[in-house]
This record gives sequence, structure tokens and C-alpha cells, in this order.
Amino acid sequence: MSWQPVIGLEIHVQLKTETKMFCRCRNGFGGGPNTQTCPVCLAFPGSLPVPNRRAIEETIKLGLALDCTIADRAVFHRKNYFYPDNPKAYQISQYDEPLCSNGKLAVPTAEGEQTIGITRAHLEEDAAKNVHVAASGRLHGATATLVDFNRAGTPLVEIVTEPDIHDAETAKRFLQLLRQTVVELGLSDAELEKGSMRFDVNVSVRPEGSDELRTRTELKNMNSFNFAAKGIEREIARQVRIYEEGGVVEQETLHFDPTQEDSPPMRSKEEAQDYRYFPEPDLVPVHPPEDVVERMREQIGELPGARIRRIADTLSFYDADVLVTGGLDLLWSAVVDAGADPKEAANVLANQFVATGIAPEDVDAAELAKLVAARAEIPRSAFDEALTHAGDPGFTAAPYLGQKVVADASELDPVIERIIEANPGQAEQYRGGKQGLLGFFVGQVMKETGGKADPRVVNERVRAKLG
Amino acid sequence: MIDTLRLTAEEAKRLLEAREISGAELFAAYAERDDDLNAYLHRCDDPGGDGIPLAVKDVIGTKGIPTTAGSRILENYVPVYDATVIANAKQHGLRILGKTNTDEFAMGSSTENSAYGPTHNPWDLSRVPGGSGGGSAAAVSGGLAPWALGSDTGGSIKQPAALCGHVGLRPTYGTVSRFGVVAFASSLDQVGPVAKNVRDCAYLYSIISGRDANDSTTVEVPKVELPNADSLAGLRIGVPKEMNGAEGIEIGVTDAVNRAISLAESLGASVEECSLPRSVDYGVACYYLVAPAEASSNLARYDGVRYGLRVDGDDFREMVMRTRDAGFGDEPKRRIMIGTYALSSGYYDAYYATAQKVRTVIKREHDALFERFDVLVSPTSPTVAFPIGAKVHDPLAMYLNDLLTIPSCMAGLPGLSIPCGLSEGLPVGLQLIGPQFGENTLFRAAHALEQAIDFDPVPERLR
Repeated sequence: MSWQPVIGLEIHVQLKTETKMFCRCRNGFGGGPNTQTCPVCLAFPGSLPVPNRRAIEETIKLGLALDCTIADRAVFHRKNYFYPDNPKAYQISQYDEPLCSNGKLAVPTAEGEQTIGITRAHLEEDAAKNVHVAASGRLHGATATLVDFNRAGTPLVEIVTEPDIHDAETAKRFLQLLRQTVVELGLSDAELEKGSMRFDVNVSVRPEGSDELRTRTELKNMNSFNFAAKGIEREIARQVRIYEEGGVVEQETLHFDPTQEDSPPMRSKEEAQDYRYFPEPDLVPVHPPEDVVERMREQIGELPGARIRRIADTLSFYDADVLVTGGLDLLWSAVVDAGADPKEAANVLANQFVATGIAPEDVDAAELAKLVAARAEIPRSAFDEALTHAGDPGFTAAPYLGQKVVADASELDPVIERIIEANPGQAEQYRGGKQGLLGFFVGQVMKETGGKADPRVVNERVRAKLG
Repeated sequence: MIDTLRLTAEEAKRLLEAREISGAELFAAYAERDDDLNAYLHRCDDPGGDGIPLAVKDVIGTKGIPTTAGSRILENYVPVYDATVIANAKQHGLRILGKTNTDEFAMGSSTENSAYGPTHNPWDLSRVPGGSGGGSAAAVSGGLAPWALGSDTGGSIKQPAALCGHVGLRPTYGTVSRFGVVAFASSLDQVGPVAKNVRDCAYLYSIISGRDANDSTTVEVPKVELPNADSLAGLRIGVPKEMNGAEGIEIGVTDAVNRAISLAESLGASVEECSLPRSVDYGVACYYLVAPAEASSNLARYDGVRYGLRVDGDDFREMVMRTRDAGFGDEPKRRIMIGTYALSSGYYDAYYATAQKVRTVIKREHDALFERFDVLVSPTSPTVAFPIGAKVHDPLAMYLNDLLTIPSCMAGLPGLSIPCGLSEGLPVGLQLIGPQFGENTLFRAAHALEQAIDFDPVPERLR
């Protein structure tokens, strides 16, 4: 029998507002434990929440970008549960009247595009951070839990998809595209390593052609998109194996260890929690005014999905996808406009430039275009060196463009001869059949010439001289 | 010699401004008086200045002054910030005399649910002062404070005012900030003034009311007018028959209220019987779903992690359970259980959601009457002050004490209680209910009636 995976995603994104969701404490990293706190986010008796207008506006903006219906009336609810990182013992969240609902995100694919339904996007507050320590203060053999409330009450948007995804690759692409959308809208840094973007994945499988929904498992703590794709694939395979052996998939949560991708996840039974949701009586319903919604709509530029489709007309779909989800396509466009070859520019940006860690917005596109155009003519070392400075203020390509590759055999031969003479042992071994030593000689020549020699010519000449 | 039993806040202000007494003398007159009523849980030193002294119910947070809410679980809790009403009071120079006793987390109608012992009624020490604000009520009627702040969820200002013989206002929901006030039931809690007469009550209300950026449920409030009128000409009074003829109202209470209604008529008011059938039938039942549901959530933060009592356990769960078991008394536990049940999956629609719908019905029923009437009147409490211990073992009987105060609270409306006479030597309260933001109307009507009734607010045994 053939099986169809059914995948749904639940994504949390931390908003980078100045202040927290329901108080005026600073929202951001830094500061010692419990320094960014007040009676509200510590849940002292009598404290009351006041919603952050900016956070509501940003969520509306995201909702619009995801083609959601923006509610005329949105309500905050209390989600009640005891946990040390949850100071009020309830989280202020949204329940049956979220700010944004019923949207979609079209994920471009090589074959066209796949539209994933967005069930809802709502606003809530984040929990504090628990740190488990031993008496010695170390993590190992933890005997106590310390709580840092700096994160408590910071604004969090939760985005829930329909179970519209049927393979791990699409799940990964969706997450990448969503991340890029959120970053471009200016909502969040959405950094997986810092936890400012987190996601859970629900996975089940069913016989191909059926529309039933079988028992799902929830995958947690996967902090890279590739890791997620791998985890999803393994889980699909596991469930298929269980059904084919006549077994039953149990509803459970799989907790991955983000530091050890290959170790099997910890499993835990999903406890039927009763959160006793009810409307938060300390807050009044939110009625987003029409002009605010329009103002947010005006702030949305051409979205990443649309740009991938547009750029894929010029480049391959793969290149377009890498450029856009890597946040490189605006620079790419500018470099191409300045005269660089589109494919060449894409290769440089997606492979070499991205490794430098330079922020694309710091780069002078015209100068980078000159560099890209001269890539074949200047020494590799000069090109690499130039790239690492491409983000410096006042960077110009000119000094690097003057350096030319040495391709003249008459210039290179004396150097090659000298090196062979200096290494008689290696030359002997090469002639005795140890062909791998060719690289050694080529490397020595490149070093001697300060990287300016044309590697193709050097290769050829070394081979001839040793032969 | 300052007669703290009779001195009103307004008169105290005049004496201070005329320099007939000093601020220190005035504060000392209250501070030195022996508290044989157990009205105060904590008394404060004179912070200096010449503002009018003020007693504060212990559910209202006061920076640097212990705030226990009448509970063991907050026994060692000292707030790091002032409630907005306290900040407002301080801005007017008011000086805190102390923190007054209350039923634990304001849950009760007799102040017997305080973890720190009951408060005694100044008219008869063997009787309750009402509750939950029995401490503030006893302090004001017993000469231990010129006026006080209370809080009212289902009658905790109005009912003690009735049982102790003074004036108490539960303001329109949203007119007084709840910021810094230990929450019981957020959609019902309101802070309000407790005073010796209507003018003081209005003045204190003007100090504490107004929109607060820290409380999203507050609104702009119409300017408060200190009442002068002694006529009720043109006032349309509605007398809801279900509230005035309810089962269990003592005959002496009915007589005193009827005399007040006749007096109102003679002062020029028109009086007509009207009806609030659903509000009275369902008010208490509805209240005892909504209030405990919200309380079960509001009281969940007392987990021993950040402040207050902590009883250690082997893990978080055990620590929380032990702390809450030791820290909460029976009444909070009872209401947490009722509220948790009412919000539980599978029961939510039948209980909490239905109660909220009924609440809308109650509100509409009141709104309809206020198209025909300016105020509604009834007894505040069905009975006069009852003996300490009489109802502690019968929670339901205790709950029914609030039968007449609860409906207007559920509707978010203002209610004022003034003394209207004695029954068996104990004060009887007249409840006046106004439309939303109708405080000025209540003050005018209550002031005129107060003048005509001429009740002596000093307990007979202390005269």
C-alpha cells in the first residue's frame, strides 16, 4: 500500500517590539537575570495587563501578508496551567476569537506552487526561562530550577497551518518562506538558534487517496529547517512501518535534542491538559480600526513568495529560492542592474558572499557588480579578499581589479623548476606513480606566486615538467 | 478634644485648613484609639503632613506596608508599588492609618473568613460587621478612621455599611482603577469609598475615580458633584417588588426601608413599584459561577515561587500543593474548586458561558428600568448584623446574605447604602441603585434622604 503523510505546523515568532506584550519592561536580550521585570510580568498581586499597541499592529500586518481575515473583534483569553515559568499560572493568549484567521501562504516549487492554508495567527505572551541547576551551580545532576523572568510576557505570535503539507521538503520550504516573510516585515529576527522562531510539527500518515486523519505525533525542539525535514522523514517512515506491521501509532510527543540531531527523540505521552480557557476579564476586546489595517497593508512590499516566482523567470527555481529565502535577492537585483551577469551574480552571492556573513544592505551593489564581472580575470585570492571587504564603508573594487592572473608559461616555468629541484623526494615518488602529489606541487607554486598564478596553467606545466 | 466618632472628613479638612487642629493631632486621635474591634490588621505611623487620615482595606496594595488580603498565603507580603487608588489618595495628601481586616481575598459577608480573626460590629461586639469589608466598616463606625477605602465584588462595601450604619458606595464598574488591588473576581471587583455621610463619600469617590492607563477596563468619569440638595422633586424612584418582598427579609428591615420610601415621597419624589424578576431569581446563582471561576484563575499565582508563603516540597508540584494547602483557608479553597469546575472542559458551556449570558439578561433588565426611573431602592441586606458564628457553618445561608446587593453588581451598576433607621437597636441600610455612571444622581438622592432621615451614625453603646 502507498501512504500519504499529513503534516501541520505550529510556529511561534517573538516580536521585536520595544516593550513587552502587557507591561512596559524592555523586550530584548541582554541584562542580568530578572533585570527586565516589573510587578506585571512577575505577576505580583494586583498587577494588570495593558496590551502593546505595536504588537497588535504587527500581528495584523503579518495576518495581511498571510492573506488572513483580520477580525473585527478579537479577544484575549486566559490559558490556565501551573508551571514555574508561568508566573500568573495563566498565559494570556487567544482562543476562539484570534486576530487573524483563514489565510494561506503559497509556497513556490519547481513545478509551480503549493498553497498551504493558515488556520490562524494570534498574539500571546511568552513564558519565563527555567534553568535547571545542581547545588554546585552546574547543569549536570540538576537539583533546583532557577527562573529568569526577563522573557516572561514578551510578545509572541503563534501561526497554525492546516494539515495541508504532505512531504518533509514542502514543510521545510514553508518554514523558510515564512521565516523570510516575518523578517522582511520587520516583525522579528526569527533566529532559530536564539529561539526567536520556534516550531512544532504534527505528523500522521494515511493510505493514499483517503481523507481520514489518523493519530498524529508532535515533534518538538528541532531548531534547524534541515533537522526538521530529516526528523519528519524519519517519523513518516516509522509510522508507515508500524501500520504495515499491523500496529497502531500512539499519540505522543517526540522531544528532539537540538544538540544531537542523530540521537533518537525522547517520547512522552500527551497528557490531556484542561487549560480552562475563558475570556481575560482584565482586558477589553480588540476592535482593529479600518485605518490601522489599511496603514499596515500599505507597509507590505512585494512578498518573498512572489519574488521567487518572478526571479525564477530569469534564473532557475533553485537559485531564485536560495536568493530570496537567504535574503539576498534585493542585492542580487541591484548587482544585476549594475551590469553583472544574473547567473554569475547569483552564484557569487549564494555560495561565496553568504559565507562572509556580511549584511547585504551594507554592500555597494555597483562595486560588487564590477567585482563579479572581473571574477574570471583576477586571482582567486584577490577576489576572496575583496568579498570580505565588500561591506566596508567606502569599499571600492578598483584596487582588486588591477591584480591580474599570471597565465604566461614563460613566467611560471622558472618557478616550477625551482620547486621541483627543492623537493627531489616528492618528485621521485610522483614519477614512481604517486599521482596525488601533483596537488602538492601546484599548491607550492600558488603559494610562491602569492595566489596570482592561473591554476589551470600551473597544473598543465607541472605535469609537463614532472613527466 | 477630637471626637473621632462624629468628625467627618469634610469637617476635619476645614479644621486643618483653619489651623484649629494640627495634622499630627488629627492622626494621633485615630491612631491612639484602642482597636477593640479587630478592625485593623496593621496600623501605620503618621507619615507627616496635614492631609486627612484614611483607613485602607487590606486587599489594596500599599507600597512598603504589609498587604495580606486577610490570608496566610500573603502573611509576609509587602508590596513594592502602590495601587492607583493609593497613589491618588497620597496625591491629595491623605495619610494611611492602617490596613483593615477583610474576609480572605474579600470572599465572605461577615469578615469571619479572615485568617486573622473576625472583626466585631461597633454596635454590638458579639455581632459581625458584615463583609468582606468589615474592617473598614468597623473602623469608620467605631471612630478609628474618618473614612476608608473598601472593595466590592458582590456587596462587600454596601452590606457592611448597612450593618454598621454608615455610607458606602460601590461605583460603576470601570470608574475606579483596580491596578494594585488584590484580585478576587476581575469583572466584578470595584474599589469604593466608605464614609460617615454622603458628602464625604462623594468627595472620596472624586479622589479615587478616573481613567487609569494601568487598568484597561477604566473609562473617563463624569465630574463628581458634592451634593447639597435636600429636595427630591422630580426624582423617579422605582421599587423592585422582588427585592423588597424577597423571602427572608426581616420585618424590622422592611419597616425601616418603607419609612424611608415614604419620606422620599414626601420630599417630592415619585415612587412606583417595578420588577426585576430574573435579576433576583438568578443573580446569586450566576454570581457564584462567575466570581469563583475568575477567582480560581486569579488565585493561581499564589504558588510560593515569587512571594508570600512557601512550604517546601520535593518538586515544584508538591511545593505548590503544600503551599496552597497551608496558605488558603476554607472559603478560597471552596471557591477555587467551584470555579475550576465551572471552567472545566465539558462544563464550561453549561456553567460559565451560561452564567455570562444570564448576566447580559440581568444587565438588560436593569437598563430597561432606568428608562423609567432615576434610582431603584431596596434594603441593602435582608437582615441586621447577625451574631458572630451564626452562619459560618452554612455557606449557602451566608451567600444568600448578598441576594439584594449582587444583581446590580452583576450589571456593573453603582449602588449606595445609607442608614435608614434601627431594627432591634441595630442599623438598617437602604440601597440606592443608579444607572451606569449615575453616581451624581445617587449622591443627590442619598444626601436629601440622609438629611431627612437624620440617622445618628454613632453606635448607641459609644454615645
